[in-house]
Amino acid sequence: MNAREEILARVRSALVDVTQPDPVLDVPIDWEYGRPVAMPDVLDRFVEMCEDYKATVVRCGSAEVPGRVAVLLTGAGVRSVVLPARLEPSWRQAVEAAGVAIHDDEPPLSRTELDAIDGVVTAAAVGIAETGTIVLDHASDQGRRALTLVPDTHLVVVRSDQVVPSVPEAVVRLSGAVAEGAALTWISGPSATSDIELSRVEGVHGPRNLLVLLVE
Amino acid sequence: MSTPRSSSPPLRSPEQLHGDPAVSTDAARRTPAPPAGTYLGMPRFQKNAREQLANEQLRKNLRHATGTIRAKRADRVAEVPEWEELRLAGEAIKNRTLRHLDTYLVQLEESLTRAGATVHWARDAAEANRIVVDLVKAKGVDEVVKVKSMATQEIELNEALEEAGVAAWETDLAELIVQLGHDRPSHILVPAIHRNRSEVREIFLREMKQYGTPAPEDITDDPAELAGAARRHLREKFLRAKVAISGANFAVAETGTLVVVESEGNGRMCLTLPETLISVVGIEKVLPTFADLEVFMQLLPRSSTGERMNPYTSMWTGVTPGDGPQEVHVVLVDNGRTNALADPDGRAALRCIRCSACLNICPVYERVGGHAYGSVYPGPIGAVLNPQLRGIEHEIDQSLPYASSLCGACFEVCPVRIPIPDMLVHLRKQVADHKRGPHVESTAIALAGWVLSDHKHLELAERAAALAARALPHTTHLGPLPWPASPWTRARDLPMPPQESFREWWRKNRGEERR
Repeated sequence: MNAREEILARVRSALVDVTQPDPVLDVPIDWEYGRPVAMPDVLDRFVEMCEDYKATVVRCGSAEVPGRVAVLLTGAGVRSVVLPARLEPSWRQAVEAAGVAIHDDEPPLSRTELDAIDGVVTAAAVGIAETGTIVLDHASDQGRRALTLVPDTHLVVVRSDQVVPSVPEAVVRLSGAVAEGAALTWISGPSATSDIELSRVEGVHGPRNLLVLLVE
Repeated sequence: MSTPRSSSPPLRSPEQLHGDPAVSTDAARRTPAPPAGTYLGMPRFQKNAREQLANEQLRKNLRHATGTIRAKRADRVAEVPEWEELRLAGEAIKNRTLRHLDTYLVQLEESLTRAGATVHWARDAAEANRIVVDLVKAKGVDEVVKVKSMATQEIELNEALEEAGVAAWETDLAELIVQLGHDRPSHILVPAIHRNRSEVREIFLREMKQYGTPAPEDITDDPAELAGAARRHLREKFLRAKVAISGANFAVAETGTLVVVESEGNGRMCLTLPETLISVVGIEKVLPTFADLEVFMQLLPRSSTGERMNPYTSMWTGVTPGDGPQEVHVVLVDNGRTNALADPDGRAALRCIRCSACLNICPVYERVGGHAYGSVYPGPIGAVLNPQLRGIEHEIDQSLPYASSLCGACFEVCPVRIPIPDMLVHLRKQVADHKRGPHVESTAIALAGWVLSDHKHLELAERAAALAARALPHTTHLGPLPWPASPWTRARDLPMPPQESFREWWRKNRGEERR
């Protein structure tokens, strides 16, 4: 018997006491999945929770986004950025106009090249208000995972219609992308550790600066 | 090459687990040597605990750390009005999965394969290590980067790789402290909880330069500076690594999605940058559907680090073309899990999502720390999990069900409602049955059975006790008695038997009334 067959046989013989073959009938789960939560101040809460995790959050109208992107980047001392292929063209123009050097990921940049770039600007897939979380599904306006990992500053633009109150609502919104095989990255504040005497330190390996632009 | 693990000498004491770099540096090795000896050779918990309790610094570090996390967890749990419903849902989802594990494992394998991953199955630690070593050797590399993973610690993968000439680098800050400190982890979530900042500084100064980018000579013990040194030390390894090894917090059967929950970004580095990713996953980590994550992504961060959400969570489904590792392997490991599954009263331990809330709340763990438990799984969950995964042949595993006061706090905080105290009692019975023989306790119970089986026997025993009491007229309590009563009376005082039994008193004073 190979390992697969043997492990499955062990599992089956361990479960001889289970007589109902249908898992759903055997163990009911008393939980309403994807239940919406009423949260009238959802955007305020999102901002508050992002800031609680030491992200910098700026709110603006959609016309202001390109200007804000440029100001946020230069304000953070970012002199070079990598931009995903399908980023909104007006943001790109504003970054260029601000004198920030732009790198494209075509052909894909090496790890060492990415390590020499200061920042990255992306869109997002979902924001979660109750936890201050931003989820990327790495669509073409967000780029592959390494782009938002190696550079030290990540500026992420979140639209207000992408922000949901709770984790269950986010999981519902993300299920389509996952079914298509997309990788997800859930981000709550900048990289952090509490491994030394439980003293929180922001910034270990991931981007140490997380800038969030919330577009209303 | 070091000797095979099976012939390693047993640990003399857990003190060695704190590492003595003077004896453990070995020039032929590629990574810092862990302490000598094996977990299974360790003495029983109670003996280890006594030695750990003498370490005042350890107790101070632990009290501070567990107290801090406990308070954070309580705050974050209190924010969620439906917390109890979430716990019940987590319990039910895990029960459903475990009771139909074969179905979900086959489904997981299909989904992973469809998504471009290669699935391997490993009956035990040796087989899992062999699979990983072969995969790594096939890539022609001599180093790998690792995401913190309980499963790879359980199977002692790092040492298997070391023996095959491959350096496995831990990239979680606490795991790096443990690895560079020639040490073993003492907590599931914060494995270097027993170390304070000045110890970490010394370890970094002494060890980093031997294995890569050194720590700055003028580094202080400020945690931010220490984290900065780890960032620089590991960055060069991340940038050149071709193979990464991870575990997984969850594996979704429906989609083939693996999930790693972390804080520092070292996980993202490992899961994203190398060309090949090998994930070692215990068979109990499977969840039926992607939607189930809405329950566990609420339960785990709040229970574990006491955060609303951990900084980073990565979810990946096999190979994503053009993004991240293009060769993805998943090793599904049994290593004793089916033993636990076979006991309907022990099965619940497999619900564990390794949050460590039970460690932080446990009055025993808080005082003795993780090393006394002789396993990578310490604390209350370790006390129930280890004897089930490893069996109760060894002294350490026989002693673990007694490493508890049965206060019940661990159940109260468990996000998947594992009835740890009930299971400890259940395991104590198994250990007692296993050790059953002509022992004092069983002889005493047999004697008591004879005495209580007939009122004549009882009266005889009472008369004997009364005679003994009259022989010592001025004694009020019986203190420590000689063997065989010594184990019981060492910590307990017995009242003197009465000089006259109730039956005798009744016959004397009320006997006529009845007639």
